[in-house]
Amino acid sequence: MKLTRRDFVKSNAIAAAASVAGITLPVAKTALAAEGDDGIRWDKAACRYCGTGCSVLMGVKDGKVVASQGDPDAPVNKGLNCIKGYFLPKILYGQDRLTQPLLRKTNGVFDKNGKFEPVSWEEAFKTMAEKWVAARKAKGPKGVGMFGSGQWTVWEGYAASKLMKAGFRTNSLEPNARHCMASAVAAFIRGFGIDEPMGCYDDLEHADVFVLWGANMAEMHPILWSRLTDTRLTKPGCEVHVLSTYEHRCFELADNGMVFEPQTDLAILNYIANYIIQNKAYNQEFIDKHVNFTQTATDIGYGLRASDPREKEAKNAGSGALTKISFEEYAKSVEPYTLEYTSKLSKVPQEKLLKLAKAYADPNRKVASYWTMGFNQHTRGVWVNGLCYNVHLLMGKISEPGNSPFSLTGQPSACGTAREVGTFTHRLPADLVVANDGHCKYAEKVWKLPAGTIPRANGKSDDADQTDISGKPMGKTLIHAVAMHRALKDGVMNCFWVQCNNNMQAAANMNVESYPGWRNPDNFVTVTDPYPTVSAMAADLVLPTAMWIEKEGAYGNAERRTQFWRQQVTAPGEARSDLWQIMEFSKYINVKDVWPEDLIAKMPEYADKTLYDVLYTNGQVDKFPAEQVTDSRGNNYDNDESAHFGYYVQKGLFEEYRLFNTAEGKPKKGHEMADFGDYHNARGIRWPVVDGKETLWRFREGYDPHVAKGEGVKFYGKPDGRANIISAPYEPAAEPPDKEFDLWLCTGRVLEHWHSGSMTRRVPELYRAVPDAVVFMHKNDAKKRRLRDGAMAKIASRRGEILARVETRGRNRPPEGLVFIPWFDASRLVNKLTLDQTDPISKETDYKKCAVKILKA
Amino acid sequence: MATKPRLGSEAVSAKGWFKANKWLILRRLSQFGILGLFLLGPLAGVWIVKGNLAYSMTLDFLPLSDPHVLLQAVLAGVQPHKEAIIGVIIVVVVYMLIGGRVFCSWVCPVNLVTDLACCVRRMLGIRTSTQISRSSRYWLLGVTLLLPLVTGSIVWEMFNPVSMAFRGLVFGLGMAWMILLGIFLFDIFVSKEGWCGRLCPVGAFYSLLGLKSLVRVVAEDREKCDDCMDCYEVCPEEQVIRPALKGAGKGIGPVILSSNCTNCGRCIDVCAEDVFHFGSRFANQKTNPGSATGKMKESAFSDAA
Amino acid sequence: MKGSEKAKGSGVNRRQFIGNMLKTACGVGLMGMGLGMYSKQASSLPAMAIRPPGALPEEEFLGACIRCGMCVRDCPYGILKLGQLGSDDVVPGTPYFTARTGPCEMCVDIPCVPACPTNALDHGLTDINAARMGLAVLVDQETCIAFLGLRCEVCFNICPIRGDAISLNYRHNTRSGKHALFIPVVHSEACTGCGLCEKACILEEAAIKVFPTHLAKGELGRHYRLGWKEKQKAGEALVAPDAEHRYNLPEGVQYDLQGRGLIMDGTDSQQEPVSSNPLDVLNNNPLDTLNQGLENQ
Repeated sequence: MKLTRRDFVKSNAIAAAASVAGITLPVAKTALAAEGDDGIRWDKAACRYCGTGCSVLMGVKDGKVVASQGDPDAPVNKGLNCIKGYFLPKILYGQDRLTQPLLRKTNGVFDKNGKFEPVSWEEAFKTMAEKWVAARKAKGPKGVGMFGSGQWTVWEGYAASKLMKAGFRTNSLEPNARHCMASAVAAFIRGFGIDEPMGCYDDLEHADVFVLWGANMAEMHPILWSRLTDTRLTKPGCEVHVLSTYEHRCFELADNGMVFEPQTDLAILNYIANYIIQNKAYNQEFIDKHVNFTQTATDIGYGLRASDPREKEAKNAGSGALTKISFEEYAKSVEPYTLEYTSKLSKVPQEKLLKLAKAYADPNRKVASYWTMGFNQHTRGVWVNGLCYNVHLLMGKISEPGNSPFSLTGQPSACGTAREVGTFTHRLPADLVVANDGHCKYAEKVWKLPAGTIPRANGKSDDADQTDISGKPMGKTLIHAVAMHRALKDGVMNCFWVQCNNNMQAAANMNVESYPGWRNPDNFVTVTDPYPTVSAMAADLVLPTAMWIEKEGAYGNAERRTQFWRQQVTAPGEARSDLWQIMEFSKYINVKDVWPEDLIAKMPEYADKTLYDVLYTNGQVDKFPAEQVTDSRGNNYDNDESAHFGYYVQKGLFEEYRLFNTAEGKPKKGHEMADFGDYHNARGIRWPVVDGKETLWRFREGYDPHVAKGEGVKFYGKPDGRANIISAPYEPAAEPPDKEFDLWLCTGRVLEHWHSGSMTRRVPELYRAVPDAVVFMHKNDAKKRRLRDGAMAKIASRRGEILARVETRGRNRPPEGLVFIPWFDASRLVNKLTLDQTDPISKETDYKKCAVKILKA
Repeated sequence: MATKPRLGSEAVSAKGWFKANKWLILRRLSQFGILGLFLLGPLAGVWIVKGNLAYSMTLDFLPLSDPHVLLQAVLAGVQPHKEAIIGVIIVVVVYMLIGGRVFCSWVCPVNLVTDLACCVRRMLGIRTSTQISRSSRYWLLGVTLLLPLVTGSIVWEMFNPVSMAFRGLVFGLGMAWMILLGIFLFDIFVSKEGWCGRLCPVGAFYSLLGLKSLVRVVAEDREKCDDCMDCYEVCPEEQVIRPALKGAGKGIGPVILSSNCTNCGRCIDVCAEDVFHFGSRFANQKTNPGSATGKMKESAFSDAA
Repeated sequence: MKGSEKAKGSGVNRRQFIGNMLKTACGVGLMGMGLGMYSKQASSLPAMAIRPPGALPEEEFLGACIRCGMCVRDCPYGILKLGQLGSDDVVPGTPYFTARTGPCEMCVDIPCVPACPTNALDHGLTDINAARMGLAVLVDQETCIAFLGLRCEVCFNICPIRGDAISLNYRHNTRSGKHALFIPVVHSEACTGCGLCEKACILEEAAIKVFPTHLAKGELGRHYRLGWKEKQKAGEALVAPDAEHRYNLPEGVQYDLQGRGLIMDGTDSQQEPVSSNPLDVLNNNPLDTLNQGLENQ
């Protein structure tokens, strides 16, 4: 069967409908217990969804989750949940769980255009291994790729990082956090030299002023919003400023709500800096001691394909180069951003901008700034993150309770997994990077591998070319998420493994850039998923996975809090965790097939081994024997991975990962974690953990163990202990509306659904609450197009079109000229419309700004 | 009696089965056809007719309203909209022309139940029957019209088996089948033609509409009558036949003038001698212009069994 | 002979006739009374059945609705049903919907209303937002997860009269100490009773339900007015405001009669965001001072 794109989109819509059609309301009584709580075993877990990191207690009876509750002792949520958390048990028991590996076949053999048939794990991995080894040999380090997730557990990310970077010797490993947090990461590294926020959620109670920059916390971080709202209610003088390109639910609480023209957040932040400088409100002492001033390269393009005219025109396409400047030069750089100019550009009334600037400039008020995807999914995301730090650094309002620039994470473990263990193409665990030969060598030492195993970013170790399995030099090895889909389409990458996310639904411009790559006849795409998602449908091999508490896991939330949970139930059928799949697959790859002879020669004892032997039974990962997992009350828990591999896999991986912070010669400090066992006894611990004590605010004496007495504040991620104020101008968006495509399109989430909806759309109540994605638009825009509420509209961009019903009176109120469409709906793939533009520095996709037109359907 | 041939068997042998059942078949086609038209929408999505017998809209331009229901509503204090009034005028005019109780035998779904009951009754050979006056229906009609005046509510339509049956078939029956079953059993065991012939106020209302109706059954060839009694046996309102069939001597014309004749045509079917035909009320004038009108004026109220 | 027979017969017949007639009349009369009384009892609408938009008050509605089902047919969402004998306690043949399974989607053109041949659905209703099918009531504060502090607000989010028919009342969560409660509050002046909230409620049994207005609505004593609303309506105090108050207070302490009461800390942090030291401004270059002056207007 040849699956055309049209068929795909059609069948996909059918499957999306089917996934919810099985749902009958009122819900058939599932095993959710109402009566008889006897015999329920309660244990804690971190919520499966957003970066807030609520703790929940799950009740298991007879091997099934029958009850749940918010954890009353969890400091983050104190027993509360949002509506998604309320229904957590139901995501495990969708009627269409995948329970066996499925391979596209015709007449019993693999066929790219065949139909999915059940196969054994052995056949699945054998087929996959054959393809992977061939692709790795033929196409070099970029020939194979893996796309993981900020929803992976910590050790899944860590194991994947080892498999790809050390095993396959490729840096083609990316997490979906690239679409989510990469801009925040790059800004942290540029500004502070170390990733993740300096503050913590306690800022929510300590701040006097809250400023939301492109964060709809009311829906995306529901429990944090509940805390923020409480502070606003109970603290005299507390003020909430909300900035967004459309009115959303946070505006309900806003004292100063501002809808700005897309992309002009750059100008507004520069205006605030200008206001602070013009009024000499800045903290001179803080600046003198703790801040450097730099200028970033400008006119850097939009991360599009190099052939795009916009890239050809850009003078410094992709450049993140910083040059040192003086305070005066910095002051001059923000001088053009006067109130009048900024107000005119951003369309925000002057008095509102002034009110905002005054809040930042007031030395007596503590300001916490929060942002998420509005800042990060931005073609100038790194810049705009940095501009916010600039304002806080000018005032010295940073690293202390209540004064906190705080980048919120979207995913439950974007911090813990994607960022901390380094599942990005350019990263290694604990903030190390593959661009640094020393970092790589340190990692190789920790991993007991020959020096030069890990491919360097430029393919050179000790200034000499690294040899590839093909015998040729390694060459440049970095490839980011969007580039991976382009590489698949271009046939540069031939094997792709997606775990724990739904990247076919999530990738921008999926119809033009992603789908053709996945269905490219030369390519072999594996998708690991619990449900038949859009991605699974586009794959060649589908591997069923264990979800969430069907395996022992760990997540790290936005405030550096690492939370563990035990395996509480068993996955259905032959479904196996991502961790099991990664490690088991490595048994099918021989070292000889992927490492060149000169590398093997350095450690000849590895010559006849498999990657599994080299990476996981290295005396470290397999150090801890399998044990009966218990809790303090004597309950017993399974651990399917330990049982299969014969040692305590999770503990071994975590303790090896901890070596990056403790082994001799560590290049960077500040990422210290507690003992594996400690986490099972706590509702999360915030790193760095030094001498058994966790850290609430970083970089400030007294709070952070790495800041010595008398230093006051020290940004120790940077060699000189100083943070960077980085000057960056306003630059326009890549695809502003024009005559034909006359509306901005912004995409995002809703409270009731998580990301692509593959879990939440299988919860009948959540589906009933928000069944389909609608297009939120201004009533005048609707009227102009003779569309009324509830009418079906056709939304078209230069790349594709979708149908959605018009909503002019809903929760989101866009201004004229902008529409908002959530992306959870598998039957309305809004990413057919979006542009595969990225921040040229962070390579993070901008899902918030492209041009569309809307017609009557 | 045991030797009495089956009802209508003589007609079948004389005219053939089809001719001996012609009007019955046409009637059933009409009843099911009308029901089918209403069901076409909900079942097949072909919306020719919407609504039910109380009020319907055909092809989005032809409204039809039930005059009895609408009268009750008006008495309850309603001012109907233009469409409803147009609809009622059309319906009244049509029934005034073709005979009010044509509704009963050609449209009403309860007729199917009572006809079946009658058939079962004959098969079981039940002869006993509680005597209920055939004029009761007019009293009941009065009640149905009085109740809305008193209560301001269309009370009868809460119980009306006629509208309930049809509505039930089109919109969902609920427990209304129990009322129909009740009528069925009532007609078999309690009173012959008890519902349609004695109690039903809807039929009573339509009989009044048809007082002067044009289309009538005429015992044109009454001299051929061989007194087989099949027409009496088969007629749901047997009292209407005698004057026309046997009234030649008294100077009564051959037209069945009683407005309680439902124009079902069964007498035409079962008559082996082809005595009856459909004709107009003016057929009397040809034979005996003088007497017919005067004598039959009281027909509506005088047909106590 | 023939004549006398006839006379005799007709005498008996007349007596019989009158007797029969009386019997029939009595029987029918009794039956009518029974029907009438039963109908009164049966015509009370069950609380979960909601009439279509524009429906007259229930008593008038039962007088006006001829049970034709045209509104059912013209509802594009197919939510309307006709009452069925014995199965739903709704007067047989009259239209209703059940909010939990099929709420009114509030079509702008309200197609069910013009379909009505009588005025049972008031043709005067042309703005669906003016419909009053019923009133949503948050019937159970014990199970509504918003009252428990969870972040749900599905009813608020789905409400088509956004913000007006259901608003959120923020309250401090005294149990957790640091979270807020987002309490949905229904406002009868805007709620149409469409029932979308009841359908969307994520509980097994909805905590918010639409009831016929007469069941859902309380009534304030006729004499009583809400002072703050009257004042707002009038635009000024109904009784002349106080003359200026003066107080015996220690140095630096203020008293705000209408607002914060006793103010111990004289400085108001809201006043001046920029340094309170006048020298800062004086030392500025004049251009800056001028700009600042403009900005502070």
